[in-house]
Amino acid sequence: MSQLFSSSNVKLLTNPLNQENPITVQVLGICSALAVTVQMKPALVMALSVTIVMGVANLIISLLRNTIPPRIRIIVQLVVIATLVILVDQILKAFLYDVSKELSVFVGLIITNCIILGRLEAFAMSNKPWQSLLDGIGNGLGYAWILFVVAFFREFLGSGTFFGYPVLEKIGLYQTGYVNNGLMILPPMALILVGVIIWVHRSFNKSLIESK
Amino acid sequence: MNKSNSYIFIYATVLVVLVATLLALAANVLKPFQQKNLEIAKKLEILRSVGKGWELTEDVSKNQFVEGEYDKYITASLVVNPEGDEMSGRDAFLIDPVKESKKPENERVYPVFICTHDDGSKNYIFPVNGKGLWGPIWGYVALEPDLNTISGVFFDHKGETPGLGAEINTRTFQQQFEKLRVFNDTEQFIGIKINKSNEPRVENHTVDAISGGTITSKGLQETIFESLTDYLPFINKAKQ
Repeated sequence: MSQLFSSSNVKLLTNPLNQENPITVQVLGICSALAVTVQMKPALVMALSVTIVMGVANLIISLLRNTIPPRIRIIVQLVVIATLVILVDQILKAFLYDVSKELSVFVGLIITNCIILGRLEAFAMSNKPWQSLLDGIGNGLGYAWILFVVAFFREFLGSGTFFGYPVLEKIGLYQTGYVNNGLMILPPMALILVGVIIWVHRSFNKSLIESK
Repeated sequence: MNKSNSYIFIYATVLVVLVATLLALAANVLKPFQQKNLEIAKKLEILRSVGKGWELTEDVSKNQFVEGEYDKYITASLVVNPEGDEMSGRDAFLIDPVKESKKPENERVYPVFICTHDDGSKNYIFPVNGKGLWGPIWGYVALEPDLNTISGVFFDHKGETPGLGAEINTRTFQQQFEKLRVFNDTEQFIGIKINKSNEPRVENHTVDAISGGTITSKGLQETIFESLTDYLPFINKAKQ
C-alpha cells in the first residue's frame, strides 16, 4: 500500500491540480472548457466522464505500450479512447438516461479532448500501468476544478443560479434592481475567466512565469 | 523498437476486430434498456404537454409515474392521413414523425393523441418537429377541444446551447404558451410568434424569445407553424 501511494506517485495525482494543470499551464482542452461551463451540472458530468475515460485509457495504453507498433500508435490511442467514450455513452443511455440527455453531443466530443491524447502520448506510452492510471485521474481532476470554477461564476453571475437552484431569486436580490449579466452566458466570457484564472494562478506560482 | 509491416497489419486487424466485437456486444446487451428509456421519455413528454409529471426529476420516479399515469390520461390516439381523415390499423405511438417527414407528402401519416383529464375535459395533443441552431428540436402541443387555444406545450432539443437555446425545455418558457391561440380572429392559421422585444407583438399569439437564443427561438416558431400546418386538414374537419 505504502508503495502504491509513495510520494512520487501522489505527485502524479496532485501536480496536475496546480503546477502542471492541463488547462491553465499546458493550455489544453480549452474548447470543452468553453462549451460546457454555462451551468454547473453539465460541467460536473463532463469532468467526471473525462476523468474516467482518461484514467482507463491511460491504464489500457500503458498495459499495451510494449506491443503497440510506433508507426500506428496515435491510431491505436484514438481507437481506445473512442471505444471507451462510446461505451460510456451507451451505458449512460441505458442506465442514466437523464444525464445522457443533459450531455448530449458533448460525450462524443470527449474523444477530441486533447488532454486525453496528450497524456496517452506523453505519459502512458512510457510508464507503468498504476502510475498511468494515477496520472490520468490526476489530470482529469486538474481539468475538473478549472471547469467548476469557470462554471460557478458563469452560472452564478449569468443566470443567478447554483446547480439550477435560484439563489439570487431566493434572497430577493432582483427586487433591489440587480440584473443578471447576460455576457457571462456567452462563450467569450469563459475565455476571459480562464485568462483570469491563469493570471491569478501565475501570480501565486512565480515559477510558472517564463523568463524573458 | 521497429515492428515489421505484417506485425502492424495483424495488430491493427486484431485490435479493430476486438473493439468491434466489444461494442457490438455492448450495444446488443444495452439495447432493451435504452429502448425502454426512450419509450418512457416519449410518454413523459406527452404527459408533460398536458401539464402532468413536471415535478419529477429522478429516473426511478419517472418510470413509476409513466407506467401508472400514461394509460390513465392518454385515453385515445389516432392516425390521420394528409387529407385529415382517420386511418385504421396503425398505432399512433409507434409512428416516428421525423421519419414521416422524409417521405413524399401524400404518403405521410400523422399521429394525434387525446388526453382525458380527471374532470372529463379533453385535449388534442399534436407532435411538432423541426430544427434549432445545432440540431433537431421536437415537442408536443396540446390544444383545447376548440382546436385553437393552447392548453399546454412541451419542447425538447438534441443539442442546443445550455443556458441559451436549451432554455426551450424549461417549464418557465413553456408556460408562456398556455392560453395562446393558433388561429387569429378571422380563423386564419398563424401559429405562435416567438419574438424579440423589438418585434411587434400580436396579441394572444406571441411569446418572448430567449435572449441569446434567437436562432433556436425562431426555429421553434417555424417548427410549430410547419408541423401544425400538416394537421390543418384534420383540424378543419374536426372543427366542423
